[in-house]
Amino acid sequence: MNIELSRRRFLQSAGAGVVGTSLGAFGFGDVESAYAEMIRPFKLAGTKETRNTCPYCSVACGVILYSQGDRSKGDKAKIVHIEGDPDHPTNRGTLCPKGAALLDFVQAETRLQYPMIRKPGSSKFERVSWDQALDRVAKLLKEDRDKNFIAKNGDGVTVNRWTTTGFLAASATTNETAFATYKVVRSAGMVVFDNQARV
Amino acid sequence: MTNSWTDIKNTDLVVIMGGNAAEAHPCGFKWVVEAKAHRGAKLIVVDPRFTRSASVSDLYAPIRQGTDIAFLLGVINHCIANDKVQWDYVKAYTNATYIVKEGFSYKDGLFAGYDEAKRDYNRSSWDYDMTAEGFAATDPSLQNPRCVWNLLKAHVATYTPEMVERICGTPKDKFLKVCQWIGETSAKNKVMTSMYALGWTQHSKGSQNIRAMAMLQLILGNIGVRGGGMNALRGHSNIQGLTDLGLMSNLLPGYLTLPVEREADLNTYMSTRGFKPLQPNQMSYWQNYKKFFVSFQKSMWGAAATKDNDFAYDYLPKLDVPSYDVLRAFELMHQGKMNGYVCQGFNPLLSAPNRKKLTAALSNLKFLITMDPLDTETARFWDNHGKYNEVDPTKIQTEVIQLPSTCFAEDEGSLTNSGRWLQWHWPGGDAPGEAKADTWIMAQVYLRLKALYEKEGGAFADPIVKLHWPYKEAGDPKPDELAREINGYVVEDVPDPNDSTKKILEKGKQVVSFAVLRDDGSTACGCWIYSGCFNEAGNNMARRDNTDPDETGAFLKWAFSWPVNRRILYNRASADLEGKAWDPTRKLIEWDGTKWAGYDVPDILPTAKPDVVMPFIMNPEGVSRLFTRGLMRDGPFPAHYEPFESPVVNPVAPKIRGNPVARVFKGDMEQFGDSKEFPYAATSYRLTEHFHFWTKHVWVNAVMQPEFFVEVSEQLAKEKGIRSGGWVRVWSKRGSVQAKAVVTKRIVPLTCDGKTVHIVGIPLHWGFMGAARKGFGPNSLTPFVGDANIETPEYKAFLVDIEPIPEPVA
Amino acid sequence: MASLSPQDLIRRSASSITPAANKLPEVAKMIDVSKCIGCKACQVACLEWNDRREEVGVNTGVYENPHDLTPNSFTLMRYTEWVNPETQSLEWLIRKDGCMHCADPGCLKACPAPGAIVQYSNGIVDFVHVNCIGCGYCIKGCPFNIPRISQVDQKAYKCTLCSDRVAVGQGPACAKACPTHAITFGTKEQMLKDAALRIEDLRSRGYKNAGIYDPPGVGGTHVIYVLHHADKPEIYASLPRDPKISPVVEIWKGLTKYAGLAAIAIFGVVGVLHHLVNGANRVSSQDEENAKRLKEGRS
Repeated sequence: MNIELSRRRFLQSAGAGVVGTSLGAFGFGDVESAYAEMIRPFKLAGTKETRNTCPYCSVACGVILYSQGDRSKGDKAKIVHIEGDPDHPTNRGTLCPKGAALLDFVQAETRLQYPMIRKPGSSKFERVSWDQALDRVAKLLKEDRDKNFIAKNGDGVTVNRWTTTGFLAASATTNETAFATYKVVRSAGMVVFDNQARV
Repeated sequence: MTNSWTDIKNTDLVVIMGGNAAEAHPCGFKWVVEAKAHRGAKLIVVDPRFTRSASVSDLYAPIRQGTDIAFLLGVINHCIANDKVQWDYVKAYTNATYIVKEGFSYKDGLFAGYDEAKRDYNRSSWDYDMTAEGFAATDPSLQNPRCVWNLLKAHVATYTPEMVERICGTPKDKFLKVCQWIGETSAKNKVMTSMYALGWTQHSKGSQNIRAMAMLQLILGNIGVRGGGMNALRGHSNIQGLTDLGLMSNLLPGYLTLPVEREADLNTYMSTRGFKPLQPNQMSYWQNYKKFFVSFQKSMWGAAATKDNDFAYDYLPKLDVPSYDVLRAFELMHQGKMNGYVCQGFNPLLSAPNRKKLTAALSNLKFLITMDPLDTETARFWDNHGKYNEVDPTKIQTEVIQLPSTCFAEDEGSLTNSGRWLQWHWPGGDAPGEAKADTWIMAQVYLRLKALYEKEGGAFADPIVKLHWPYKEAGDPKPDELAREINGYVVEDVPDPNDSTKKILEKGKQVVSFAVLRDDGSTACGCWIYSGCFNEAGNNMARRDNTDPDETGAFLKWAFSWPVNRRILYNRASADLEGKAWDPTRKLIEWDGTKWAGYDVPDILPTAKPDVVMPFIMNPEGVSRLFTRGLMRDGPFPAHYEPFESPVVNPVAPKIRGNPVARVFKGDMEQFGDSKEFPYAATSYRLTEHFHFWTKHVWVNAVMQPEFFVEVSEQLAKEKGIRSGGWVRVWSKRGSVQAKAVVTKRIVPLTCDGKTVHIVGIPLHWGFMGAARKGFGPNSLTPFVGDANIETPEYKAFLVDIEPIPEPVA
Repeated sequence: MASLSPQDLIRRSASSITPAANKLPEVAKMIDVSKCIGCKACQVACLEWNDRREEVGVNTGVYENPHDLTPNSFTLMRYTEWVNPETQSLEWLIRKDGCMHCADPGCLKACPAPGAIVQYSNGIVDFVHVNCIGCGYCIKGCPFNIPRISQVDQKAYKCTLCSDRVAVGQGPACAKACPTHAITFGTKEQMLKDAALRIEDLRSRGYKNAGIYDPPGVGGTHVIYVLHHADKPEIYASLPRDPKISPVVEIWKGLTKYAGLAAIAIFGVVGVLHHLVNGANRVSSQDEENAKRLKEGRS
């Protein structure tokens, strides 16, 4: 095994996902002041580290999010850099070209910011409030369910299913999201239900 | 994966077939490179293309896409003929000795019981002879001509090296070298690992591709051991989790199944899920099914699930068809039988087959709701993007509601990786604009729906209004609250039957694991296989101790691995009938005279005697299955079937097109092309620079592979006048795309059944949204048909034609 | 690896310096081509770490993107499909291209701008952009054709071996990212030892000419390759068999050493040298013009 696990202290408790960057140990401050002209300042100085998992493939590499601003103190946090987690047993700090570019995913221009509605026949999305969007969603779901719910089949067997609206679940949401989704979808009697596993 | 990523370092031979780990899972592939560099392991790659995995392999063998079963049955044939069999393992731990009923047969590509009109089998003869005591009959001497081993031997005899070359196009010398290297791992101290992915699943016989390799691994004694196993490299970060949690038409969490119409009540439902052991003293773990089911119902409906109402059995919908999978969903939409669709982080306009049909289907909807961090093609299916999305918005009456969600960096919770590790993560930044977590969105939708039902009433409101929703902030359930629910908790005190002053289980506590779940309603558990992930010891998914005693690669204190933190499934099979490791250098667990112990959590009752209880406890046989009875729709053994669109006629069953029991919807059969019209064998795949359709939104990845292209051999390029870097048109019976051409030595024409077969490679990362150049996905071309068992679309093998074209006007 | 400082310099372009007696241990980045899967994680990590971005380009029928090193892309995977004449088997040779951090750096020797290029005692050759005049002579001096002039600020750019990371005790971003550990970083002594083990493994797999690429013509390098076919470096996207600094640069070095930048104007031999050097290297005419314009403006 030529992969040397980092000498960083192993973090065992749940709350340890967020740790501080301690560049002081390297005497970085001195380097910066004396030789700024020659060597680029180390850009992660003073950033906050948060442990996360790469959202792409199923290797599930550990990543560290470096951010400015401390969420735990109620500040807004902006992620400025993402790198592999050297403590992670699988990836040991490495990342593939997708993982190494995660910052550009977080900051992608096509990240969605606001709920939108496209009306029938329209050629554009229009911004709406969350309340407007969610009320509309609930209304559409209920209308369709009430109209098309099948309580009993032809033989009189209780089947309680709803087949006219379907749900495609994600492949990168958390297990906790998945379970919340499962509860909502299944309790409505929905059977047209699938996820990305198939493709 | 039966094993884990870090376990791959323990192997002697890696076979990458039906996948391309270096390209699609580079950081997992690290462990292949480690095994090579530090163990002297070898790497075999079998693929229609010389891939990035092949670039660091020790042996590469080309194969025509869609012929993996012929290849693998050929390897099994070679191993049987050359005595490359781990006999002790095969005799004790597989059903090789089991005797199959009279009446079972295989002839001309079909097993007994085929009904052509139904495209289905009557599978009643695909089973064991039973003894008077009600157990499966066996012949330990393997003399009975109807024992599984002899049937298998006869079944694979067709697949000689010559036949393999004829079907697969793999040169005989290369094939024999592969056989030789694989056969060497039948030794007790040699192990092979199989790493596969969508190269095996995306076929109309995908499940059987995987079975064929699983059978080979069993014959070699490579399941349940360090460095071995069947390792499915799942595509997405939590697709394992979504599957485990049962977010599929016919599933409940933990691989329990939704009732079907004929199961009118709980007793009837349970009557087919008894799983009585087929041999004396075997565990047959699914006998605990009812405990898991009732505990799930309690987590769903809490106090509303009582013994008197069969634990709210009728709150569950019952299926009238095997499943409403994504293909059936689009078929129903296409027929105008659906009104609404919700896509949560899923972009089916590029992910599902036959894009033209998808657009028509979505256009039939009354409403489409999307939840995604990114602006997807699906959310914009109505938006005209010239030739990349040629639609007229004024003619599409679908209302589209696009809800912005957070991404990984802004949310908290666990993801389950391919190796079944549940790892917790924390948010490091704030979401842009008003983007919200999916948990919040789902809760908000639910609460509004519930309020409407409470106010207005409506169709069968009970399961909605009585859904157990115990969160502190009803409108914003927290990840740890949900994780605790998934783990399971005690609903009612359970007194100790021997001492009424004591309690076995205390109300309100988290259950320690699924071992304590009960079928009387006193426990609740969202997903039994995840139980133990968040118990009274805390959030075990958040554990970060990366110590690894003796460097076995187990990392038992890192995160949590289901089930019960076990790292290698079937690990009892790593030891012989006396409980000693087959290979002392690869010890995993051993029997110390009274119990099982070692580097991993034993996959057996710790006190189960090694010569009595067999290792495959999830099967009623107690052993693994080389012959899978009636559990798969298309045969108890795999058999070679051509893809529905194939450049050659099936050499072993000329009358059969595709998989004889794969579901084909009306109208889709007519949309299959033939090799006269579409002479080239196409396949679709990922590139390492991109992840599906997400990273085209990511600037740097768009830089790394900016533009849609297809790959062809130098020979085909010459024949068709295609210039590398020039433009081509590629079309199938279902659509047409324009692409740049990459002319490469990495693809070569194969000779199959005497015919030259040219391969056209089509990467899948482009669309009309994002930072990369606009392009097409292979799904503009692919056929609308799935695997016979689980309906994964046949993306890996279809037919196209290709021609050079002048540079299109932008 | 301690932090880097002026005391650690052993060379400075167009200047005379006296290196300190205490030298840092020499470092090296080892690129094991036999472990490389060509995934481009190194390219991405380099862009991300250095906060640089490229334009989204086009496909030209190959996997290289961008199509060459640029002022933003300090590293590039180069792909070669090579049929081994001995085995008739295809080998996909993938080489990570970028600055080799030569012990005897041609760029530094060719550079007329005092302090624009420096070499530390640990072997890192770094560009100090505040001193760069954008003349492009570093490109001509480089036997590997690595530096590129930015059209934005008219300064030369190349791999820094992540001097900013090394200064705080971390390895380069590319080595950190590399999924298969095809890129590793450490003392040159250790890297050579590791390389020897790799070569042993490769020879056991039939690569009888496996070897290290650490070319003596430039005094050895601080980026070394493990090649399966070390007898034929040129099959790896034209890796030079025996790289040497152009003799013209050696003359130029003599001039600048004694006269510094002022010599450019005074001697009036620039044009001659310029022409000579230009003949041996590929630099776009636009770069040339920019370099000339800039130089004239200054001198």
